[in-house]
Amino acid sequence: MLIVFYLAAIVAIISTLFAVTRSNAVHALLYLIVSFLAVAVVFFILGAHFVAALEVIVYAGAIIVLFVFVVMMLNVGAETEKSNDRWLSIKSWGGPAILAFILFAELAYVIFTKESIQTDESIVAPKQVGISLFTTYMLGIEIAAVMLMAGIIGAYHLAQIKKVNRHRFLGGEE
Amino acid sequence: MSETLTYILIIVGVLVTLLTVAAGNIYIERRLLSLWQDRYGPNRVGPFGILQVVADIIKIFTKEDWIPRFADKVVFVLAPGIILVTILITFAIVPFSPDIVIADLNIGLLFFLGLSSLGAYSLVLGGWASNNKYSLLGAMRGAAQMLSYEVFMGLSLMGVVMMTGSFSMVDIVEKQKEVWFVIPQFVGFVIFVIAGLAESHRIPFDIPESESELVAGFHSEYSGMKFGMFFVGEYLGITLISAIVTTIFFGGWLGPDFLPPLAWFTIKVFGFIAFIILLRASLPRPRYDQLIGFGWKILLPLSLINILVTGAIILSN
Repeated sequence: MLIVFYLAAIVAIISTLFAVTRSNAVHALLYLIVSFLAVAVVFFILGAHFVAALEVIVYAGAIIVLFVFVVMMLNVGAETEKSNDRWLSIKSWGGPAILAFILFAELAYVIFTKESIQTDESIVAPKQVGISLFTTYMLGIEIAAVMLMAGIIGAYHLAQIKKVNRHRFLGGEE
Repeated sequence: MSETLTYILIIVGVLVTLLTVAAGNIYIERRLLSLWQDRYGPNRVGPFGILQVVADIIKIFTKEDWIPRFADKVVFVLAPGIILVTILITFAIVPFSPDIVIADLNIGLLFFLGLSSLGAYSLVLGGWASNNKYSLLGAMRGAAQMLSYEVFMGLSLMGVVMMTGSFSMVDIVEKQKEVWFVIPQFVGFVIFVIAGLAESHRIPFDIPESESELVAGFHSEYSGMKFGMFFVGEYLGITLISAIVTTIFFGGWLGPDFLPPLAWFTIKVFGFIAFIILLRASLPRPRYDQLIGFGWKILLPLSLINILVTGAIILSN
């Protein structure tokens, strides 16, 4: 199982790197999907079966489909790819890379100085996840629900089609 | 015989059976369709025309497999594989009989939902990589349709999950010893069949394909065996939906003792395949906006009410 874990982790890291560096948006999204699937495998091995399933259903299956959908509608061609390539010059990624490196160093410091937590690899049943969601993390769930509701109302408002009356004489009476 | 060897035998057996059934479905569909349309159908090659499928397969293998110059080659080649792979993997959780099940996961049902949502990529990427207006339109319709119907597909099954108290397919079948879930969960069953048809984009929900307006939709540019894979994927999809409906709502392998469990399962699955073909023979294709509107305005509230009522009844007992 340990080998599978490290294999999945390596696949996740490599595919995420490709997802960042590809200049073709759809190819980048494909690598992102692979990355999500690899992370799902990692979750599965750690015993969080329910989270693994949700990772595939929600992230790989729904959110990225929406991304691909939007990218397809934008009709990006060779020109966009060129401009994306320009963004990959040292000038533009140098600054963020330094900042990210500081964060990475901090993370590594924390991981190596603190006692690492050993996961006991016990399998978490879906029922346990449900119970903890509706007791311990009740408040978080409710807040997320309110946020989603706000999102839906906002989307409804933005997508609403205003009725236009094109009649020569009756127009402008609304 | 060691346990590992048994599993390998089961896996190979399931794989070979499924591919045969998928090819056989083409023959069954053509014969049944012609029966209902009052004509003969394929009846020349072999007894009752049963070798017609073999002839078709030989033909499709020898056709020129052309990749358009303007296509995105890697994605173009990748797309038809995705649908076959996702559907074949999903069969791992289907319990064919008490002994023949590849993986009895405790998240079985979620595994099915996750992989069926990954199947959408096949169609979306195929349409996008073809770099053709009609293909892209088909792919976009397909993405919207599958994304919407996934939601009700998941919600319609939650009633069954609540009554069983588990996502495991074997548990769900065992729970139906007294009464099949189609009776207490009839609303869920109807919604699931509709959503399942939409997920496998069959007539009447073949809007990504709609050959009367979009040439052949998302697979307009595909030829040879790549088209063949989309085609076989569709028939595998029908088999999968039939198998899942049988398992979840019609008691899976359960049945009177005079036939073995596997036989009951097979009979039920083929009954559903015939039903889906009958739907194709009898229903027209709705308009795109009608389909999406029907889903969000009728199926979504219905499935939510179904969950609410099921929950209330379970709590009151």
